[in-house]
Amino acid sequence: MTIVFDGIALGMLLFLISVGLSVTLGLMNFVNLANGAFAMLGGYVGVLLVNRWGVPFLGALALSTLCSLVVGATLERLLYRRLYAASHMDHVLFTVGLIFVSISLAAYFFGSGVQVIELPAFLQGRIEAFGVGFDSYRSFLIVVAIAIAAALQRILTSTRFGASLRAAVDNPRTARGVGIEVDRIFTITFAVGSALAGLGGALGTQMLGLDPVFAIKYVVYFLIVVIMGGPGSIRGSFLASMSIGVFDVVGKYYVPELGAFVIYVLMLAVLVARSRGLLPKFGGRS
Amino acid sequence: MTPSWEAAAVRLRERERWKSPETVFWCAALVAPFVLPDDHLFLSQIAILGLFCLSLDLVLGIAGILSLGQAAFFGLGGYTAGLFAIHVDGDPLLGLVVAMVATSLLGVLAAPLLLGGRDLTRLLITVAVAGILYEAANKWSAVTGGVDGLQGIVIAPLFGKIEFDLGGTVAYWYALAVLFLVFLGLRRLKSSPFGLALAGIRLNPQRMPALGVPVDRRLTVAYAIGGAVAGIAGALLAQTTQFVSLDALSFHRSAELMLILVLGGAGNLYGALLGAIVFSVAHHLLSEINPMYWQFWMGTLLILIVLFAKDGLTGGLSRLRDHLWKGGTAP
Amino acid sequence: MTTPAIRTVGLTKRFGSFVVTNDVGLTVETGARQAIIGPNGAGKTTLINLLTGFLEPSAGRIELNGADITRLGQHERVGRGLVRTFQINRLFNDLTVLESVLLATNERLGLGAVSWRRRSACGGSIAEAWNVVELLGLAEVAHLPTKALSYGRQRLLEIALALAAKPTVLLLDEPAAGVPQGESGELFRTISALPRDVTVLLIEHDMELVFGFADRITVLVNGGVLTEGSPEQIAKDPRVREVYLGEAIVV
Repeated sequence: MTIVFDGIALGMLLFLISVGLSVTLGLMNFVNLANGAFAMLGGYVGVLLVNRWGVPFLGALALSTLCSLVVGATLERLLYRRLYAASHMDHVLFTVGLIFVSISLAAYFFGSGVQVIELPAFLQGRIEAFGVGFDSYRSFLIVVAIAIAAALQRILTSTRFGASLRAAVDNPRTARGVGIEVDRIFTITFAVGSALAGLGGALGTQMLGLDPVFAIKYVVYFLIVVIMGGPGSIRGSFLASMSIGVFDVVGKYYVPELGAFVIYVLMLAVLVARSRGLLPKFGGRS
Repeated sequence: MTPSWEAAAVRLRERERWKSPETVFWCAALVAPFVLPDDHLFLSQIAILGLFCLSLDLVLGIAGILSLGQAAFFGLGGYTAGLFAIHVDGDPLLGLVVAMVATSLLGVLAAPLLLGGRDLTRLLITVAVAGILYEAANKWSAVTGGVDGLQGIVIAPLFGKIEFDLGGTVAYWYALAVLFLVFLGLRRLKSSPFGLALAGIRLNPQRMPALGVPVDRRLTVAYAIGGAVAGIAGALLAQTTQFVSLDALSFHRSAELMLILVLGGAGNLYGALLGAIVFSVAHHLLSEINPMYWQFWMGTLLILIVLFAKDGLTGGLSRLRDHLWKGGTAP
Repeated sequence: MTTPAIRTVGLTKRFGSFVVTNDVGLTVETGARQAIIGPNGAGKTTLINLLTGFLEPSAGRIELNGADITRLGQHERVGRGLVRTFQINRLFNDLTVLESVLLATNERLGLGAVSWRRRSACGGSIAEAWNVVELLGLAEVAHLPTKALSYGRQRLLEIALALAAKPTVLLLDEPAAGVPQGESGELFRTISALPRDVTVLLIEHDMELVFGFADRITVLVNGGVLTEGSPEQIAKDPRVREVYLGEAIVV
């Protein structure tokens, strides 16, 4: 039971970090493999604030999210924007470039060791409920992620911003014509995706570990989440993250000799099935 | 009177002709070991990297298959050659052939997975295939040595006579000879009807079936040949360093390869070779200063290339040439 | 009675609940010059897409010279002589005119998989390609990249690509679309000059061109065949006039 719980918690982290990738790919048709780098940024800012400067954990979470938000918005304005019309291959090369740069910067400023944000007292220990003890850190994580998923879903489907975003995606020119500020909407969407990755990074140091190669280590996981969930779908990403989290933790616990093998096979199977039309089309929205 | 189509054939031949910069390039490769007598091992590694990069140029630059998993073939070729030398026979040429067969087989098997999808799906499938091989090699350590790598490879003398030396002199000539032969083959392939069909598929895959071209079959062959070339490169590395590490199969390796090709310029074969040279030299120099800087510059370079110089070094060079010739004797 | 070049039985294509091609039974005799006309959205291009294998039918069968080709891939149909042109140029921007045509002739001569010979050494293929290039008056631009060609010439190249595959049945999807009035006559003279054993099925909006070219006309409305007959019959048919109400029919 605790293993499944662990898996769900891991899934929630995956969700937070990859939902930005899902949205940029599904709605803006941009392959942003560097989402892990934004998560890493959030993680290191958290380490800096909590461990070195003694900022309270929750405040540090907010600040790391904000920091990823600002950096995401800046990079979108300066660089990403120029490549929206470019090919997927250019997206991949560009974001792999960003990953490399972020890895070296992280190593330069923080060294190559693994760092962990110290948890505050209220997140250590367990909560008793229904006769079972739940790890309070993981419970916190799950609650936060569910709240965010619900909020995102609501924003995208039933607010003016969501409607504008969908209009901007479907037909940028017409959207501009009716007074929607397409550029600004893309920037905001991108920045929010980065911010959530940052939050995930800061929240996840206990489970994922934080070192300079973080930016590349989990790229495959993020991609599978997006592929399985269907790009652009919040609910899809959420469910896919959860299943992959559980799958991964349970798999590693019971058949450790298989390791990441299972994840790759799963990814391949989903991809091939999609491209053969056995599953809803890649790029489809739900 | 010659029929006018023969004049057209002559025009075609013109484009395929061996040009003087090519001669200069290969002469430089012949002279290099004499200019750099202490760096033969390094030179052999460049030749191997160039060969590896040619494989991606065929697959991506010529046939247009977005592959971010060429390391699968490189690694498989390396392990095959290494294991073959340990368990069966130490003859290097035989090892190359075996590696080539194994990797082209992988290409034929993996191609059907790829062909259904579009660009991004293909890219991810190649990543997944390479990932599966990586994990397989990692877990199957009884055979592959796992994270410690495959050790204890002993390679017999070349042609039964020429011993591999520690300085890498034989390794270089061996690698260069293989590189040159494969290059000639690919150059011919590029200017053959098959190469033209691949160019057509790259430029407009939807139109090709309506011309009677079995697109899937052509791409499968191209992918398998590309795999075989990468396999040969991996085998060469295994034989000349007498070691295969898991790194040969890693995602990092595939990504780096794509960087090299994009740096050099895709689709004209020399871009792959030039990219490999520039990359290796830069790596060598910058890593001596600090390995961390290296990754930083590599990333920055990628970003700059994508933003500003789509056609890479060779593209830049030919633009420079066009610029210099402007006003001169333009054809 | 001879076997028709093309025969379809109950050919149907549905996209979801939307029927684009509805139970079409089309017969094109060998050597015919047949045209398919119909208002926009009648499903003309879809029909060609079905015939050539670009789309898979939801029901029905397609025969080419009596043989069932319903399940064959596009390239296999081309191999049997069923070749099409596209309404919108689908060309190879960076290849020269000659190279583009060579794509088709190489393939037809079984050279498509040959990787050890230079293209310039495949004389037979070049000779054939050059013939087609000359036939369509493209010789002077044969060595230019496709993207450097005028639109009219690109349309000619589109047809050259089809002819290079040596069709026995040629499907022309609005070959004159976008071609200036003066040049379309040239285009049709070229098509009319094709050997009589080549069957031509034409989709065209320009009624003048259709009635000048076709000896048989099929009228397609809402995905189904409304009527079929000689140009005279079609011109007189009140139903056809009704369909085209507002669109002048010039005979």
